[in-house]
Amino acid sequence: MKRTPLYEIHQQLGGKLIEFGGWEMPVQYTSIVDEHLAVRKNAGLFDISHMGEIVVSGPAAEGFLNHALTNDVRKLAPGQGQYTLCCKETGGVIDDLYVYRLAAEYLLIVNASRIEADAAWLEKQLSLFPRSTQVTLRNVSDATAAVAIQGPRVAEFIDACFSGNATAGTAAAKPSALQKNQVSQFSFEDQPVWVSRTGYTGEDGFEVVAPAEEIAAIWRKIQAVGKTCGLKPAGLGARDTLRTEVCYPLYGHELDEHTTPIEAGLGFFVALDKGEFVGRARLADQKANGVGKKLVAFKMTDKSAPPRPHYPIWSTGPQSAKIGEVVSGTQSPSLGMGIGLGYVPPNFAKPPTALEIEIRGKRAPALVVAKPFYRKVG
Amino acid sequence: MANVPADLKYAKSHEWARIQGSEATVGITDHAQHELTDVVFVELPPVGRKLKAGESCAVVESVKTASDIYSPLGGEVTAVNKAVVDNPALVNSEPYSGGWFYRIKLSNPSEANDLLSPEQYLQQIGG
Repeated sequence: MKRTPLYEIHQQLGGKLIEFGGWEMPVQYTSIVDEHLAVRKNAGLFDISHMGEIVVSGPAAEGFLNHALTNDVRKLAPGQGQYTLCCKETGGVIDDLYVYRLAAEYLLIVNASRIEADAAWLEKQLSLFPRSTQVTLRNVSDATAAVAIQGPRVAEFIDACFSGNATAGTAAAKPSALQKNQVSQFSFEDQPVWVSRTGYTGEDGFEVVAPAEEIAAIWRKIQAVGKTCGLKPAGLGARDTLRTEVCYPLYGHELDEHTTPIEAGLGFFVALDKGEFVGRARLADQKANGVGKKLVAFKMTDKSAPPRPHYPIWSTGPQSAKIGEVVSGTQSPSLGMGIGLGYVPPNFAKPPTALEIEIRGKRAPALVVAKPFYRKVG
Repeated sequence: MANVPADLKYAKSHEWARIQGSEATVGITDHAQHELTDVVFVELPPVGRKLKAGESCAVVESVKTASDIYSPLGGEVTAVNKAVVDNPALVNSEPYSGGWFYRIKLSNPSEANDLLSPEQYLQQIGG
C-alpha cells in the first residue's frame, strides 16, 4: 500500500488507517460524526495527497484538453479551475477531475484510484491527437502532495498560513480574496504553493497543492493557526459523508466506465457546444433522446438501518420489482437520517417517487428527493 | 485504554456475557464500540428466537459499516433492550450497562467455559 508524506502525522494523531484506492489513509481520528460536524460548523483539515496531479503544457494543450475532457477549458482564464470529466467514446467515465489553468500550463487533479488509468488514457489520446508534438503530459503525482481545509470558518485563518500577494494565477492579495474556483500561487516559508478556493464537502474552503516535502510543515501550520476556530483533522470517513450529503460523485460509486455523465446528472459539465470531443456523439444522443438509468437521491422515511452501496432498490405497489442499486449510502450526520444515491430507470427518478431499499432481505421505505440533501448555510 | 470489567466473560468476536444463574445478558465490548464509533442503528433478535453459540444474531451499524454480532452463548432470547434500539448511541456511551443487547436463557451453561476471561480478552485486544 502507498503512503502519503503525512503518514507519520496521521499516526501521531491517532488516525485509524484503512486501505483506499491502493493507499493507506486515515478513515477517522476521533469519530466520523465529530469530524463531519466540525467541517459543517467550523473547519476540518484533510490529507488529499493520495490524489493525482498531471500537468499538461505546450502550445496545443488547450486544444488537446478540449478534445479529451467534456467541459470547455476555453472558459478558463489563468487562475481559474473547473470540474470536468474524461470519457470513453461510449460516454463511459474514465475519471472525474478538476482542471486548473495556471500560468502557461494546466494542472489536472485526478482520483487516487485512477492515476494510472488516467495517465495511460491521456497518453493514448495524445498519440491520436493531430498536434501531439505540441503537448507535454507529466504525471507529477509522486512529487506532489495536497491538503483540503474546509468549513465556514476557514477564511478566518487561511491568510495566516500563506503570505501574499499571489505570484501567479488569479491576482489576489491573500488566499481569502480568492473567489470560488479561483487558484493562485502564494508562498509558504518562501516556497511557492498553489491555493484554490475549492473542495469536496459543500462548504467554503481551500485546497493546497505543494511539493511533497513541504506538506508536513504546511499541515502543522494550518493545525496551529486553525485551532482557535475549532479546526479538526478529518479523515476519509467524514469526507465521504460530507460529499454524499451534497451529492458529489465519487468514482467507483456514482461513476465508472459503464456510466455516462448524463446518466449521473452531470450534464452541466458536458459542453456539447464546444465542438468534437471524445464521447460527444453518445452524450449528445443521450441528452437529446434520454437515458436508460438516472442517478437519484433518496432518503429513508422510517427508522431503518442506513442504506449501503449495492443494496437493491425496489419499486413499490403491486407491480413491485427490483429496479436498481444503491451506489452510495450512509447515515447523514447533519440530517440524522439514512440517505443514499442510486441508479433507477428515469420514470422512477422524479421526487417524490416512493422506493424501497432492500436491507439484509427486508425492504424499508424511501423517497426520491431533490439533490442535494444538504446546502450550506449562507 | 479499553474498559474490560472483571465480572464478565468475553467472546473473541468482541461480545460480552454477564452470566447470572441460568441466564446471561449480552452486549458488545468497550473496545468494539470504540472501533465502530458512532453507532447509528442496532438490530436485535426477536424474543423467543433460539440461538446457537457463535450464531450471527444481531447487527450494529456505524456511520461507515454494518457489523454482525455473534451470540457468545446458546439459548433462547428472553428479553431485548428496546432502549438501545431507540437510542443506538447507548452502545458507545454505556457498552456494559444501558447499551446491552439481549438476554438469553442458556441451553448449555457449560459453554461459558469456552469464553475468554477478562485477562485473556485484554491480551487479545492488546490492552
